[in-house]
Amino acid sequence: MTVFLIRRLMQSVVVLFVMSLIVFVGVYAIGNPIDILISPEADQMERERAIRALGLDLPLWEQYAVFLQRAVLGDLGRSFAFSTPALQLIVERMPATLELAIAAMGISIAIGIPLGMWAGFRPESVAGRAIMAGSILGFSLPTFWVGLMLIMVFAVHLGWLPSTGRGETVEVFGIRLSILTRDGIAHMILPAFNLALFKMALVIRLTRAGMRENLLMDYVKFARAKGLSTGRVIFVHVMKNIMIPVVTILGLELGSVIAFAVVTETIFAWPGMGKLIIDSINQLDRPVIVAYLLVTVSMFIIINLVVDILYSVLDPRVRLKEMKS
Amino acid sequence: MTVTTPDRVAAEPVEATAAVVSPLRRFWIEFRENRVAVAGLAGCLLVVALALLAPLIAPQNPYDLTQLDIMDGRLEPGSKSMDGMTFWLGTDDQGRDMLSGILYGIRISLAVGVASGVLAMLFGASMGLLAAYFGGRVDTLIMRVVDLQLSFPAILLALILVAVLGQGIDKIIIALVAVQWAYYARTIRGTALVERRKEYIEAAQCLALGHRRVVFRHLLPNCLPPLIVVGTVQVAHAIALEATLSFLGIGLPITEPSLGLLIANGFEYMLSGKYWISFFPGVALLLTIVSINLVGDQLRDVLNPRLRK
Repeated sequence: MTVFLIRRLMQSVVVLFVMSLIVFVGVYAIGNPIDILISPEADQMERERAIRALGLDLPLWEQYAVFLQRAVLGDLGRSFAFSTPALQLIVERMPATLELAIAAMGISIAIGIPLGMWAGFRPESVAGRAIMAGSILGFSLPTFWVGLMLIMVFAVHLGWLPSTGRGETVEVFGIRLSILTRDGIAHMILPAFNLALFKMALVIRLTRAGMRENLLMDYVKFARAKGLSTGRVIFVHVMKNIMIPVVTILGLELGSVIAFAVVTETIFAWPGMGKLIIDSINQLDRPVIVAYLLVTVSMFIIINLVVDILYSVLDPRVRLKEMKS
Repeated sequence: MTVTTPDRVAAEPVEATAAVVSPLRRFWIEFRENRVAVAGLAGCLLVVALALLAPLIAPQNPYDLTQLDIMDGRLEPGSKSMDGMTFWLGTDDQGRDMLSGILYGIRISLAVGVASGVLAMLFGASMGLLAAYFGGRVDTLIMRVVDLQLSFPAILLALILVAVLGQGIDKIIIALVAVQWAYYARTIRGTALVERRKEYIEAAQCLALGHRRVVFRHLLPNCLPPLIVVGTVQVAHAIALEATLSFLGIGLPITEPSLGLLIANGFEYMLSGKYWISFFPGVALLLTIVSINLVGDQLRDVLNPRLRK
């Protein structure tokens, strides 16, 4: 276990280093931020002063060396557009994104697992087929378009829910949360549901497959033969076995929910990290782009690691030492 | 036991005749068992036909400025223009007929999706075959990269690549290929590892055929079915991903108005109740993706030897 952990951590550092190099070189090869940041009327002197102040006159490898040196100390550069530290900018927006992602996960589990279990329990029934058809639709519907339709129906036509923003927030331990106010929850329903839809389809499919597979197993027959009720067999015995793949995949998917939040946040003007990165790409705000990508990649590495460890806890058959990746 | 015998007797002739028909025909017989999938196939063909015929069937060329009239801007579906033309799906802010815009948009979306799907398949399949055929270091190296890449969601990788490469139709295709090749590589490697141990490969090697010939003429054809399934699903993914990136304003440039860009264009009018500018391109996109996914789903069942009756 310890060997596995150390090896994984070392791998993570390498991945992070390679990613930073690719992203840095790539991002710094496009466009010239000077053209965007300095007004065209500025004279040559002012331009040169600004270039030097931003460190853009150094050769690329030297810029990278400086960047790396600072990055290790937690300084990922200053945003060109906001002139605040890029990392701080991202960390400030992170709670909003995490809150949305977790709410979306919660919704997809709360709706997806029961539906999937039903579809697996009665696969030939009308409800079972309808659920599966719905899940294909959930996979196929482009997230952004569903978001637009949700706004159109619930915000514009019915006027039940607000369409944009975060609403009223409450500060808990210095973190602003929407979920604790009525207004905040109202603002959160549409984006969270939008983000949850794709995962819900996935949860339904996983649960259904697990259900169908497990119902044929000998232990189910045995439990039935013992005279246990259907409810107990399904909710206690089968459920335990279904949860293993569902938990793993959902854990891995948490990262992708955070990444996909980019789309949802843009549509619902949710002030999170995703909206920040899109704005930054459009403004060529390089330090923020680089910082966002590095933060997200680190988050992924951590999530993957935690899931691997959780997996071994949930399923004793998995030996971490033997896993190669 | 005796009760089941008649069933078996009854089932056998069917199987016997099925063995006589050509593989392609048997494939079609199995495919059409699922009516929804047939509808999906019809949808796919319709979308492809619309894309190919767009310049012929579109009521106007939406990008020929002489045919547009700004006075026709933001008309509701079904309203008539000054010169008597009916805009069945309404117009956008430039007075462009949405139906024509969508037909041209499907062309671009489909072209980008299929092009990136085919390129990713070529590259990914080659990599997967190499990994499976040569094994050892080559395999470890390629599969490490694949594993690493698959541990990040497609949208994040696409964001990185778009941020790195910049905009443009060629760059979007490169980004989509880079995001997708790993799926093909992993799929074909799995199949190829099984196939490689079979006797016909051994026979081919004993004939001292070159590596290239063994891999591409003997190994590849036998690994195709799962590749086709993944290919179908990935094309749908590519179309959705391109639309998403274009919607976010970091995908195709404004000169290549794909469905995603059309939807983005209507976004600001959505809040004032002018739904059609975003709604109809979205329906077209949805129809395309759902059709492809339905076909892919059925292909998976038909081409999977484990499920074969």
